[in-house]
Amino acid sequence: MECEECHERPATLHLTKIINGEKNEIHVCERCAKDKGYIDYDEPAYSIHDLLAGLFHYEPTVSKSQSFNKQQQETLQCSKCGMTYREFTKIGKFGCASCYDAFEEYLNPIFRRVHSGNITHDGKIPNRQGTFLKKKQLVQEYKGKLKDLIENEQFEEAAVMRDKIKELENNTAKIDEDGDK
Amino acid sequence: MSLQPFINEAISPWMKEEGPDNDIVLSTRIRLARNFEQFTFPIIANEDELTPIVDVIKEHYHHQSFADYQDLEYISMEELKPIQKRVLVEKHLISPNLAEKSKNSGVLISENEQVSVMVNEEDHIRMQLYFPGLQLEKALESAFAFDDWLEEKIDYAYDEHRGYLTSCPTNVGTGMRASVMMHLPALTLTQKLNKMIPAINQLGLVVRGIYGEGSEAIGNIFQISNQVTLGRSEADIIDNLLSVVKKLIEQEQFARQLLVEQSELRLENRIFRSYGTLKYSRIIESKEAATCLSDLRLGIDVGYINHLSKSILNELMILTQPGFLQHYAKETLSANQRDIRRASIIRERLKLENE
Repeated sequence: MECEECHERPATLHLTKIINGEKNEIHVCERCAKDKGYIDYDEPAYSIHDLLAGLFHYEPTVSKSQSFNKQQQETLQCSKCGMTYREFTKIGKFGCASCYDAFEEYLNPIFRRVHSGNITHDGKIPNRQGTFLKKKQLVQEYKGKLKDLIENEQFEEAAVMRDKIKELENNTAKIDEDGDK
Repeated sequence: MSLQPFINEAISPWMKEEGPDNDIVLSTRIRLARNFEQFTFPIIANEDELTPIVDVIKEHYHHQSFADYQDLEYISMEELKPIQKRVLVEKHLISPNLAEKSKNSGVLISENEQVSVMVNEEDHIRMQLYFPGLQLEKALESAFAFDDWLEEKIDYAYDEHRGYLTSCPTNVGTGMRASVMMHLPALTLTQKLNKMIPAINQLGLVVRGIYGEGSEAIGNIFQISNQVTLGRSEADIIDNLLSVVKKLIEQEQFARQLLVEQSELRLENRIFRSYGTLKYSRIIESKEAATCLSDLRLGIDVGYINHLSKSILNELMILTQPGFLQHYAKETLSANQRDIRRASIIRERLKLENE
């Protein structure tokens, strides 16, 4: 079917207009539909940010009274970049790394919604900056293994694991001491 | 300008290699978002506040090489003409968002165009690594190594509990978006993909069109990527994505087989009509071109067409984009002029194959 307006392009939109109870069918192409005003010009796509902005208007359920909470949210501001909590909920973006600390108490519900219930990072640690953190993560992992080994009564392996943990912790302690000097 | 050098320019060197599962998976991409600890994010920073970031990148990484990524070059958005920016967008080397910026935003690109680092887009740093075919594990390994290399000179904004801190809460944690570009004509034709999308979404993955967020799936090309970045390790995210992509490959192959068995003549007819359209059109709109190219590629994959190379879809999908057409023509073209130019480039490209 060709477009009723330009008779050039194929009709891709099929609209039904009802005026005074009289039904009228219109078959036009997208370009003509825009020109004639049947549809809006370049309707902006509904982005994920529009959706998020809605998600942010979220009152955390704390024991404090609601009005107090609201008041606090109004005045909450990142001391480093100056972004207010209100601005943050409006644009849905942080202004700097410090905003994460400034808005900390309101962030968990937001992250939970956006990240399928998760609030804590469980991935890569920076290679250079994170030497200490990496060790900590390894100790955590070994402790988990140790617990499993004890539960399974594999005491010999558990002893090896315990020594490994001790060694790591001692190393860390040494680093700390060096740092103090 | 003859077509061959222009094709060479349009197709990034890494795209010329054949990757695993390349009958269905066109490419794999890993993107990592990172920020400088001490500086305000680009979204509210003024231009002066962004200068030190560009300076660090230029000082330590401009004209440097790392692993397979030789001679990285920093290009400022300010230096580029609108058509040049558009070309970079169509090659997926920069985002439309970065293209709109000018001073103190730019991109660091390796010679083989496999790595691009967007500077001062939404985050201070967004590095992207591309691989042909399905190579998620390899891509992650390379991305981590490249990330470590950048971190040697940059103090990242990182928190023990929240991970890598990003401007948008949707990227916090790993800061990683892993995506796989897939050609799924049979699943689209049989309308099976629509039914699979809700299930894919439930696994924390998104299905989008070829040019990312909000874009339409042209030419039956879809991008599958992770949505969740917090609380899962990069390796877990990739495992999850890989298992879904493998399932999709399996389903697509099955649907193709079924199409060939059940409607052989109708499928053959569709493919050769599209081939005819591409071969003889004098005016062709981008959507029609994309549909016909998808048919043609399917024809090559199922063996109806033997004398054309597989790379034709990837090449022509990029070559026939508005930015490239205008870059080739060396002038600004109206929509009608582009449709004419597009038809002629396709005819010429097909002629190259017959020679």
